[in-house]
This record gives sequence, C-alpha cells and structure tokens, in this order.
Amino acid sequence: MLGLLASVLDGVLIGAVYGLAAMGITLIWGVMDVVNLTHGAMIVAGMFGVYLLSGPAGIPVYATLPIVLVGGFLIGVALYWLSVHRVIGQPPLMSLLSTFSVNLVLIGVGTAVWGTDLFNVPASLPGFSMGRYTFPGTHIMAAVLTVVIAGVLYLFLYRTRIGKAVRAVSGNREAAELVGIPTSRVLALAFGIGVSLACVAGMLIATMFPFTVLSGDAYQLKSFVVTVLGGLGNPTGALVAGVALGLLEGLTTPFVPVSWILVIEFVLFVVVLIAVPGGLMQLRRRRPD
Amino acid sequence: MTILRRPFFWIIAAVIALFAAVPSVGNNVELRESLLLAAVYITLASNINMILGYAGYVNFGSIVFFGLGGYFCVWLMSAHGWPLAAALLLGGVAVSALALLFGLGILRLRGVYFALSTIGVNEGVMAFVTNFGPWGGSSGIYLSPALFLPLGGPAKALWVIYYLLVGVMGLSLYLSYFVKRSKFGLGLLAIGQNEDAAAMLGVPTPRYKAMVYSLSAFLPAIAGGLYFFKSAFIQPPDAFDLQLSTETIVIAMLGGQGTVVGPAIGAFLYEQLRGWLLTSPTFSNFQLVIAGVLLLAIVLFAPGGLMGLLYRRWPGLRRFLE
Repeated sequence: MLGLLASVLDGVLIGAVYGLAAMGITLIWGVMDVVNLTHGAMIVAGMFGVYLLSGPAGIPVYATLPIVLVGGFLIGVALYWLSVHRVIGQPPLMSLLSTFSVNLVLIGVGTAVWGTDLFNVPASLPGFSMGRYTFPGTHIMAAVLTVVIAGVLYLFLYRTRIGKAVRAVSGNREAAELVGIPTSRVLALAFGIGVSLACVAGMLIATMFPFTVLSGDAYQLKSFVVTVLGGLGNPTGALVAGVALGLLEGLTTPFVPVSWILVIEFVLFVVVLIAVPGGLMQLRRRRPD
Repeated sequence: MTILRRPFFWIIAAVIALFAAVPSVGNNVELRESLLLAAVYITLASNINMILGYAGYVNFGSIVFFGLGGYFCVWLMSAHGWPLAAALLLGGVAVSALALLFGLGILRLRGVYFALSTIGVNEGVMAFVTNFGPWGGSSGIYLSPALFLPLGGPAKALWVIYYLLVGVMGLSLYLSYFVKRSKFGLGLLAIGQNEDAAAMLGVPTPRYKAMVYSLSAFLPAIAGGLYFFKSAFIQPPDAFDLQLSTETIVIAMLGGQGTVVGPAIGAFLYEQLRGWLLTSPTFSNFQLVIAGVLLLAIVLFAPGGLMGLLYRRWPGLRRFLE
C-alpha cells in the first residue's frame, strides 16, 4: 500500500514536468492554431543541451537551466520565421507538414551525430525518504522548478503588457492587429516561449531518466495527451492535466508492464478527444443548457 | 464503358505493362529490386493521397496498414499454413475492417486532432504488437524457406512476388483514379476544400472519411503482406518503420497531392534520389534530413508539388492527366 502511494507521489512529481512540456504545445496551439510537431525534437534539444553543457563544458547541471531557457527561446523564434510564418492562416495540413519536416531534419541530424545510444546526465541530489521508499532529489527538484517556471509564465501572461498582447492575439488576431499590436512579432515571441518550455522540460527529464535522440516521440505524445486533457490553449489546464497523467502513470506502473503505458495513454487520448473535445477542464465551466 | 475511352486509363495500363516487362527482359534482377521498391512507394503514396490530397487530412500513421498487413499475412502462413493468396486477401480485409472500426472512432475528430491521433495510432499499434505474444513480440516471426516451394522455389518466387506487387501498384493507381472520378471522390474533395460547407450540402462527412481511411488501408496491407513474405521475416521496427511512413508523405507532396499521377512520379523520383543518396558517402547518413528539407521546401514554396508546377506551366495537361 505504501509502495503504491510512493509510486503515485513520484508519478505526480514527474507529471508536473509533463505539464511543463505540454504548456509549450498548448501556448503555441492556442495563440496561432499551429500544432508544433517539432516539440519532440525540442525536448530532445533540451536533453542534449544539458548533457553537453554539464558534461564537456563542466557547468553544474541546474545552472544550465537559464542557458537552455534562453537558447530554446532563440531557436523557437528562428523556427517561427523559418517554417511557420509562411503557413500561418493556411489549412492545418500545411503547418503540420512544415513543422513535421523541420522535426525530420533535426532528428536526422541528431541520429547522424549521436546515433541512437542511451545518454545520462549525472545529476544527484539528496532524496527524501518515506519508510522504505526514497523519492529521488532530482524528481523533487524538477517538480519545484516546474512550478516556479509555470508561476513566472502566469505572471508574464497576465501581468505584463507583452503578455497581454500575446493573449490578445490568441483571442482575436485581426482585432489585435487593429489596435496596433504587431501580431507577427507576437506570434514569433509566443512560438519562442513555447519551444523554450519544451527545451526546459527536456532538460528536467534528462536529469531524471536516460534518453536517446529518439526519446522525443514518446514525450511529444504525452504532451499531446496532456494538452487534450487540459484543453487547448490553457496553460494552467496543461499543468493540472500533466499532474493527472503522472498520477495515472504512478497508479498503473506497479500493475502493468512499462511498455503498455504508452498504449494506455494513447487510448485515453482518443477517448477524451471523442468524448470531451474541449478538454476535461471545460467540464467544470460548462453551463447547464 | 466510357472510362475505356479516356486516355488516362491507358496511360496507367502502359505504366503497369512497362513495370512488368522491363526487368523481365534479360532477367535483370537488380533493376527488378529497384522497381519493386518503387512499386511499394507508389502503392503507399497513391493510397495516402486519397486521404491527404482528396480529403485534406494528413495521416502520419499510414505505415500501420502496411505493417499490420505484413503481420497478418506472415502469421497466417507460418502458424496456420495458409496459402499466400488467401493470407494476402484476408490480411487486406482484416486491416481494412480494423481501419474502418478505428476510423469511425477517430474520424469524428477534425483537422489537427485527427492528425495527432494518427501519430498515436502508430505508437500505439507498435507498442501493442511488440507486446503481443502470438506474433512473436519484439523478436517477430520468421518464415520457413519451405513456404517458397509452392511458387517454384525462391528464385522464381521473387519474380512472382514482383509481378503481384506491380499488380497491387496498378490497382492502387486505378483505385485512386476511379475514386477521384466518382461521387464519393467529389465528396472527399469537398471535405478537403471546406468541411462545414460540404456537410451543409449533404456530404456525409464522418462516414466518407471513415470509408476513405478504410479503403486506403486495403492495398497497402496487401503490399505489406507481399513485402514481408519476400523478406521471410517480420519484426515491429521493420513493420512500423516511421521512416517509410514519412517518405510516403514526402512522395505524395513531391509529386503533387490530390493528383493521380503525382504520387507515382514522386515515388519514381524519390526512389532515384534515394538510390543516389545511399551510394553517396557524404549523404548516406542524412537521408531523413534531405527528405525533411525537401518536404519543407515543397510545403512553403510549391504546395501543389511537381504536378502543380507542370499544370501551371502547361494548363492543357489537365485534359488528359488526372
């Protein structure tokens, strides 16, 4: 029983990081109606960012966070102008294919350089013991950092002028343009933030689990599940849904072989999409009619 | 039969005849292998084109049909001793039925949501097969060489498989052509233009989407059966090769989505490019990268693909090409 509790609690810690990754996808999706299929590659970019910075460059693992954050933002802005700007406002097929092709290029370069070997980031922090079970310090640290970053993002979106511009563009792009908001630049900014979140999430995942160049796919799928659970374009919902997904993983891990978990999550994804397309968070707000 | 009077019908027939005849002259095995791959590409690309080009829906998991078809065929032959033809047909029917079931579920989803769920289909099915005992789990299924005997021994069997694959390729092209000219195809094109408007005008959109999803599963499944019968073994990473899935999309976009000839031309060109890349020492590791750059360039600068460019230059081509 205690084992199950420990597994669930650990799942919640990891789930917070899934939520962070999903916030990146949901922000971009909500603001510009583009599903960022480079998300998985960006998670992997964060993983390799921390691996390269902490290994050869010798920077302490958690001190790489600001570098990954800023680097991710710059990459995101560049990706926006390269692959997304021209397809804004076109049918979804086009933006899906353009981000998908960038993803191919990045994964292709990654596999050519690093192969598909397993990598590790040597991060060790004192854990927290509960009876016979110990929560790894890295998991606790990841969850704490996630909450901090989510809080900062919230303050940015709701308390600053630029953040309000992002939300305005998300609400109605034409109206935002009419009141003088430079929408293209705001879109680039939002894409940069979204990618930056993916990179940071990747960095935090790398401190917890070993990874390969191809790890991005599984985490990207998890991000989609979380995004759909939390409702599109709803960062708070994404965080809550991430924790919910982690909780579910924690609950199922003791009973189901690990390789089935992705299947379960995918079934959940489809069921939620069909049953409540607006996300679970919407149920709370639904007016009786 | 007015269809027999259309030149395009005979163009397809000529392509099939060429595919069948050219390597047979002088028993050219090397050329046969290269054309075999081209035939697989054309089959996959023509079928994904019905979803991608006609209905405007992107299916990132089309390779699931190919892989599952391969699995059904190989499993029926090795575990139950079925003859090739029966195993192929049942594989095709079973995968189509699965796709229909699945399609009725996920095709209620629209646009982006559908695309996302197809990414999941690939991961989900692969994880399922990797854990599925009767299909050998992650070690897959091996076929005994004795199974080639009814076809006249391995050497002759390879030719039989090649002709069958060319047949499947031809059927794919005809299917793609007939669907485009039918009322059903018109409905799909309407969905591709504007799904709400199509629904308003009475196109049963969820049903049409499920139908095209299922229809586009049938021939790839049979091609998968033939392909894995030829290699005599099947494993999850080969059967659900994400690269092939990606290449299929690149090919359909390269040739020109929504046209019947486009995917065929795209497949042929891509096969040439791929052969060149594989032998080039600098680029052999960068196949995916080049496929990605190619796709990005097409999406950004020539969304109509090669056929789009040709049609713009010579509008008269539309009269006899589809």
